[in-house]
Amino acid sequence: MSETKTPETEKDEPNIRIVEDATCTFCGCVCDDMELTVDLDANRITKAKNACVLGRAWFLQHGIEDHPQAMIDGREVPLEEAMDEAARILHEAKFPITYGLSDSPCEAQRVAVAINDLVRGNIDTTTSVCHGPSGIAFQGVGESTSTLGEVKNRADLVIYWGGNPAESHPRHFTRYTVTPKGRYIPNGKKDRYVVLIDVRKTPSAPVADQLIRVKPGRDFELLWALRALVRGRDIDPDIEKITGVSREVLDELVERMKNCNFGVLFFGMGLTMTRGRHFNSGALLALATDLNKYTHFVAKPVRGHGNVTGADNVVSWQTGYPFGVNFHRGYPRFNPGEYTTVDLLARGDADAALMIATDPASNFPKHAIEHLKKIPVISLDAKPTYTSRQARVAFMVATYGINTGGTVYRMDDVPITLRPAFDSPFPTDEEVLTGILTRLKKLRANGRKKAA
Amino acid sequence: MAENGTELRIKGGKVYDPANGIDGEVRDILVRDGRIVDKVSEKARTFNIPGMVVMPGGIDIHCHIAGPKVNLSRKLQPEDHRLDVHPGTDVTRSGVGGVTPSTFATGYRYAMLGYTTAFDAAVPPLAARHVIEEFHDTPVIDKGFYVLLGNNMFLYDLLKQGRKQDFKDAIAWWVTAARAASVKLVNAGGDEFWKGRRNENVTDVNEKIDPFDLTPLHATAAFIEAVDELNMPHPAHIHCNNLGHSGNIQTTLDTMKAAEGHRAHIAHVQFHSYAGELGKRVQTGSEAIIDYINTHENITTDIGMVMFGKATAMTADAPLTWMLRNKDTKWINADTECESGCGVMPFSYQDTNYTHTMQWAIGLELFLLSQDPWRVMFSTDHPNGASFRTYPRLIRLLMDRGFRAEMMKQVNQKAISNSLLPQLDREYSLYEIAIITRAAPARALGLANKGHLGVGADADITIYTDDENRERMFNAPRYVIKAGKPIIEDHEFVDDHIGRFLHAEPVYDPAIEDHIRPFFDDYYSIRFNNYRVDASYLHDHEVMPLRNSGNGRKKKGK
Repeated sequence: MSETKTPETEKDEPNIRIVEDATCTFCGCVCDDMELTVDLDANRITKAKNACVLGRAWFLQHGIEDHPQAMIDGREVPLEEAMDEAARILHEAKFPITYGLSDSPCEAQRVAVAINDLVRGNIDTTTSVCHGPSGIAFQGVGESTSTLGEVKNRADLVIYWGGNPAESHPRHFTRYTVTPKGRYIPNGKKDRYVVLIDVRKTPSAPVADQLIRVKPGRDFELLWALRALVRGRDIDPDIEKITGVSREVLDELVERMKNCNFGVLFFGMGLTMTRGRHFNSGALLALATDLNKYTHFVAKPVRGHGNVTGADNVVSWQTGYPFGVNFHRGYPRFNPGEYTTVDLLARGDADAALMIATDPASNFPKHAIEHLKKIPVISLDAKPTYTSRQARVAFMVATYGINTGGTVYRMDDVPITLRPAFDSPFPTDEEVLTGILTRLKKLRANGRKKAA
Repeated sequence: MAENGTELRIKGGKVYDPANGIDGEVRDILVRDGRIVDKVSEKARTFNIPGMVVMPGGIDIHCHIAGPKVNLSRKLQPEDHRLDVHPGTDVTRSGVGGVTPSTFATGYRYAMLGYTTAFDAAVPPLAARHVIEEFHDTPVIDKGFYVLLGNNMFLYDLLKQGRKQDFKDAIAWWVTAARAASVKLVNAGGDEFWKGRRNENVTDVNEKIDPFDLTPLHATAAFIEAVDELNMPHPAHIHCNNLGHSGNIQTTLDTMKAAEGHRAHIAHVQFHSYAGELGKRVQTGSEAIIDYINTHENITTDIGMVMFGKATAMTADAPLTWMLRNKDTKWINADTECESGCGVMPFSYQDTNYTHTMQWAIGLELFLLSQDPWRVMFSTDHPNGASFRTYPRLIRLLMDRGFRAEMMKQVNQKAISNSLLPQLDREYSLYEIAIITRAAPARALGLANKGHLGVGADADITIYTDDENRERMFNAPRYVIKAGKPIIEDHEFVDDHIGRFLHAEPVYDPAIEDHIRPFFDDYYSIRFNNYRVDASYLHDHEVMPLRNSGNGRKKKGK
């Protein structure tokens, strides 16, 4: 299946390989139309055709670093020894936790859940600090949604709420939602009306036909007013004072939403991580559902990490819950706020941590980081990070989508197979995690023998 | 598969093996290397099971157990999991139950009923990879799926242009690309009405589907013909239009008539056997439907029974779930570009409710009026009519008229008096149960090595303690053997097993890809080259032989 070829004309040139239809895992757009030019002698990607500014940086700046595969307390050790030590730590811990996963392929995520099932640990993903509130809202109200191709083919009203895709997901507009021509949208952008709802004018604003500025922290009130108007109810006459949006603008938007043929509401962390959190997400999802009484309307969180959607899916199919899952009783339990990593660490609960493709030591709250410093940490990452430098056991792993294959899920739950560009001297995270799992099984079997 | 020389002698049980005409005779069943054989060595491990009932492992021909719709349902209902946890053991993984269990719990719980094979009935091709990934985490059972093609825009374009051969080639390409076992049609034409006409739906199989210049009936007939002509092991698997509406029997009859001369499988026919007027109280239409099926050998069906309690509506028929939705019930709609729709909604069948009771009664009536158990098979359309965990109770309702009468007293009396149920005193035998849950689904799926215990069959064997209370009996098999490996012994898990993936590879002209590729460039959001499920996902799998293509089964890798 691999679409690789070596142009014969370049025999004396460097050893070049072209990878067609490769996938960029930098953000949740997971664009699968990359054409990568790979210099195999230099282990570098020299050209990433079709990539956005973020994708180009992702591909072109990736090189193989001169770094040990595995370290214990900052000292280079053989891979096997590090896996032994990681297994010992997890086996002996009373409350081991695992966090991250959103920049790993599903194959590795599946092993990570298996490890936690075995050691009765706690597994959580970066969802708990980004669209976790949307997951919670989803449990309450459900969701009317669609794949991005359906938006391309049918959406004549596109609304973004609390997000700035021009900077965070540069190809969202151009590949999926605004500019492309679709089956029933023959003229692309001309056939769509684009609304941006945000607290400020962002670089995404020029794409929109209309910018609606909401007062910071007033998204819920604005959403609830829209729901009321859609249902023909009265709203607070002071709505403009409360939300910063006039009644006229609201009425016009409601008419537009009710009268479009296929509407979509995309929402970002400007909605999920500000005042109201899961109430905000819930209000937005409910608004989209309400509108189905009048027309076809869908909603979709704009997810950040390349495979955070895969992490949600894998953790859900193995445990029934999307994130924040605890196995301490021998079966999965879900309780955000209790089993979510920031809360666990800030409370000082965990006594060992497995950090996969994530750097909490650089971006978690202070109390959480302080506890992390007190417990043995095992880290898997493709680059040195604050977390890996402080880790008891640190594995340097190959980069997914560049050096390894596997499966990732785009933000709309579409699974895509990766096409690696060149080999890496580092193991994959799946290999490391499988090595740890195998050792844990042996440790447990020995424990049972001793007990018997 | 156990290919390590494991040998078993299952001794002294009463064997129910309808495919080989064996009706409760005491026989020994011999197993070696995962297969039934006629001879084993002295070293064979012996199970002495005098008086126990031996059957092939159960086969679910229609259920929803994996993929995006099921995972959405899992995510949607934490309350359902919390009430029904599934602890792991030394040999099995943990999980959660409820009406849509986690993957591991799904596999183990099917095994705990003596089921060893199941087919997911509705997978959009774009989600095939997801389904196969979940299958890897669904233990014990062998599994496959039917791919949703009945609202595929590219295929509709070909039909509109009258390109019959291209249509057939494209179907075969899609089945192969997705690694499906057969083709599923759901509410043909409905997607375009739902997504493209502000949530409308098809109401008449003869109305035109804009912009394709086709009717649902034309499309359905074309699919039935093409899938049959491709010699697929299982024919087109059809969810008819107008599911759940009073008076839908005419649609169902029209659909079956459109299949004349070709094999077709009508799915969960209970939901399509309603007389009465549209929008009014449902009346039983079971006689009209089952009479047609009884007299038309080209039709197979599964019933899609209803059992009272918690269920979840989960279907590619999105407008149906919207119709069922009460004010403010949590609801999922999920459109898949160019291919499919999807609706998911928690649902509960209540024995005090007229309609729900009527649905329950119609499911039983269809079975009790069926004249050919080989073509009328067992299902609840899990989790739509009920969870698969209700199978033992439903089997008892079919086998035990006293139990049925007791239950009829406890449900909505108006519905019972409008139903045929009080007049029906038939009881299914164990032999007939073995047909509708084992032998018939295997035959309908073209699985020559499943659903029976003859020499050469897969050693998927269930052993029950004989018990007059058939619910208790079918609820807890004493032993379950999968691919020759004991998985459950004395009701406890003793081993784990991954299970095999089953799929078909119909033949097509590869030139069809040149027609499909430009459509992808224009209307899909992923690249054509990234669409096909590559071989790395298959692991332990088996290609189901096409019909009339010899019995040699192609076996691949492990």
